[in-house]
Amino acid sequence: MQANPQLDKEGKLQHLLSIEGLPAPVLTQILDTAASFVGVTEREVKKVPLLRGKAIFNLFFEPSTRTRTTFEIAAKRLSADVVNLNISTSSQTKGESLLDTIDNLSAMHADMFIVRHAESGAPYLIARHLRPGIHVINAGDGRHAHPTQALLDMYTIRHYKKEFRDLRVAIVGDLLHSRVARSQVHALSILGVPEIRVVAPKTLLPAQVERLGVHVFHDMAEGLRDVDVVLMLRLQNERMQGALLPSAQEYFKYYGLTPDKLARARPDAIVMHPGPMNRGVEIDSAVADGPQSVILPQVTFGIAVRMAVMSILAGSSPPAAND
Amino acid sequence: MKIHIKNGRLVDPQNGVDAVRDVYVAAGKIAGVGSRPGGFTPNRVIDATGLVVCPGLVDLAARLREPGFEYKATLESEMRAAVAGGVTSLACPPDTDPPLDEPGLVEMLKYKAKILNQAHVYPVGALTQGLKGERLTEMAELRDAGCIAYSHADEPLTDTLVLMRALQYAATFGFSVWLRPEDAFLVRRGVAHDGEVAARLGLAGIPAVAETVALARILQLARETGARVHLCRVSSAEGVDMVRGAKERGLPVSCDVSINHVYLSEMDIGFFDSNAHLIPPLRTARDRDALREGLRNGTIDALCSDHTPVDDDAKQIPFGESEAGATGLELLLPLALKWAEECGVSLQQALAKVTHAPARIMGIDAGHLSPGATADVCVFDPEAWWRVEPGALLSQGKNTPFAGLEMRGQVRFTLVGGHIVFEA
Repeated sequence: MQANPQLDKEGKLQHLLSIEGLPAPVLTQILDTAASFVGVTEREVKKVPLLRGKAIFNLFFEPSTRTRTTFEIAAKRLSADVVNLNISTSSQTKGESLLDTIDNLSAMHADMFIVRHAESGAPYLIARHLRPGIHVINAGDGRHAHPTQALLDMYTIRHYKKEFRDLRVAIVGDLLHSRVARSQVHALSILGVPEIRVVAPKTLLPAQVERLGVHVFHDMAEGLRDVDVVLMLRLQNERMQGALLPSAQEYFKYYGLTPDKLARARPDAIVMHPGPMNRGVEIDSAVADGPQSVILPQVTFGIAVRMAVMSILAGSSPPAAND
Repeated sequence: MKIHIKNGRLVDPQNGVDAVRDVYVAAGKIAGVGSRPGGFTPNRVIDATGLVVCPGLVDLAARLREPGFEYKATLESEMRAAVAGGVTSLACPPDTDPPLDEPGLVEMLKYKAKILNQAHVYPVGALTQGLKGERLTEMAELRDAGCIAYSHADEPLTDTLVLMRALQYAATFGFSVWLRPEDAFLVRRGVAHDGEVAARLGLAGIPAVAETVALARILQLARETGARVHLCRVSSAEGVDMVRGAKERGLPVSCDVSINHVYLSEMDIGFFDSNAHLIPPLRTARDRDALREGLRNGTIDALCSDHTPVDDDAKQIPFGESEAGATGLELLLPLALKWAEECGVSLQQALAKVTHAPARIMGIDAGHLSPGATADVCVFDPEAWWRVEPGALLSQGKNTPFAGLEMRGQVRFTLVGGHIVFEA
């Protein structure tokens, strides 16, 4: 059996691969560090020298503009050097194995890898393979985890709701295929949210999902009753082909977030979405652009959260108030 | 070569023996048990004091990877691994490249194995041509070439009519058909048991119904056609239950389980350890317990290694992309002993599961040490502890989910046909 590669012997974060298994103080430290960086992103000169001279490699085996750009901006704000590798067009297609690619890049003195891969567990393979001192951030692996997304979601919730202790949170949509949802459930649970609900048709829920500590709802009106936070998930078009759903229209009618469904939640409930949105499939434009939506602030917070993760992994301490 | 194995604890399940008794080997056969045959002067005396002397192990499923997959393993390396593990007879599945669907290939395999002079190899022929699930193979010709049964390995056989015809045809000749129950549609691209662990790890799941739905189909067709069916690698509690019910209703089926499934569960995937990527998948602890109990109460007849060497390149990749399988010839004995100890089963009953019972399923005269039998013998130290070091395994397959674990039970001598082919 292998040891949890995320934490070193002293319990310090070496890699960020999954929210699962991280103690609450580690999550809170990341959120607090992110708070100190929010100030940086609002200044004229948006840089701090914390990671100057460090080489950060964005290793994306799955295409992504949004997440990759956010990591790139975050790294540059920390004064790091960033290299973007779009693997689908490079050596992978020439048949180079994943670990060979990693070895080659490590030989170029990478300090940190930010990895997105279509296979669950790929970042673990990489982290086990690297020598100590090189850090890995999982930017999304298959269906398994997307820890920085969950962290920025937690940051957003904390920003608007202050405390996790009394919240009712509902996650709506395709949990079966969602790495974001899995990470969100772990984060909410670790941070002490007492009621975590999932709302989805049976075909879109993982086996034994209740074992993750959630209440399952198939009726969205019931599932959203009196919730404080609504976390929407993207529905991919492929789900119709896999005999999981009949059509986007029926899905939208029963599981799409419309103003009247949102009205079941508390009047001050916030609506979140990891993006990109499928308007008219999982979310109605009126809600996405409405007063309860905090979808755009999520993006801004995402930069600060990623700066926090990178600086904690690299071992640097957060900046003083007047930096 | 005359060999005197003296003072060992002879455990011969078929003959109900568990006592300290000497064994005498001459001209490749068991010349005597207990009392020295007249005029017997040994060329070699093996002092088996404190050791167990038992029939050489019979393994129902060991992939030797020849022909076709020589980069994963060769006959030579795997045969050495077999005898190092005390295995003297083994059945190899037909999923070689090309598959064992032609008498010439079977003859070639038998010939190559024979000249290596290690364990006895019994090929299992393909049930359909190319294992494509469409056309029947020349089962009678394959039998003449040396096949002891016919199977579909892990390839899907989705056309139910073809399956039924294959069973009818086999039943015509009294041939045995070995089938692993799995519904190809329900498996799809699954890589792990569809339960809590796969849900947490985001791995595509294979539900237990993939086994039970297929099992129902096989059991119904077995009853309908009267074919002798052996069920391979049962993996679920419901599956065991179905086999028990079928046996109670008088259906003459037999059933085996792999050493991996009797010991491990989905939890052993840990942090995406591809050494735990197996076919069928490791299921829940409850399933594992049902398999252990099923083996104990006879619902499951035999234990096998399901030996599947996989090259490092196919394991050192993300779980979902990795090739399934674990090396196992060298672990069959210690894991059989471990199961026995943990389930309160006697040594004789445990060894029966890896000698007498599989030999009966294979229809071969092996797995016992009666006077006059071929001298296939295993002499092992039941108290010796050793640690599983993948690099130290003789098999070219270093892929084992038991890496780093301590095992008890180590082979000291293996005899095949009266010759010492392995000595520790």
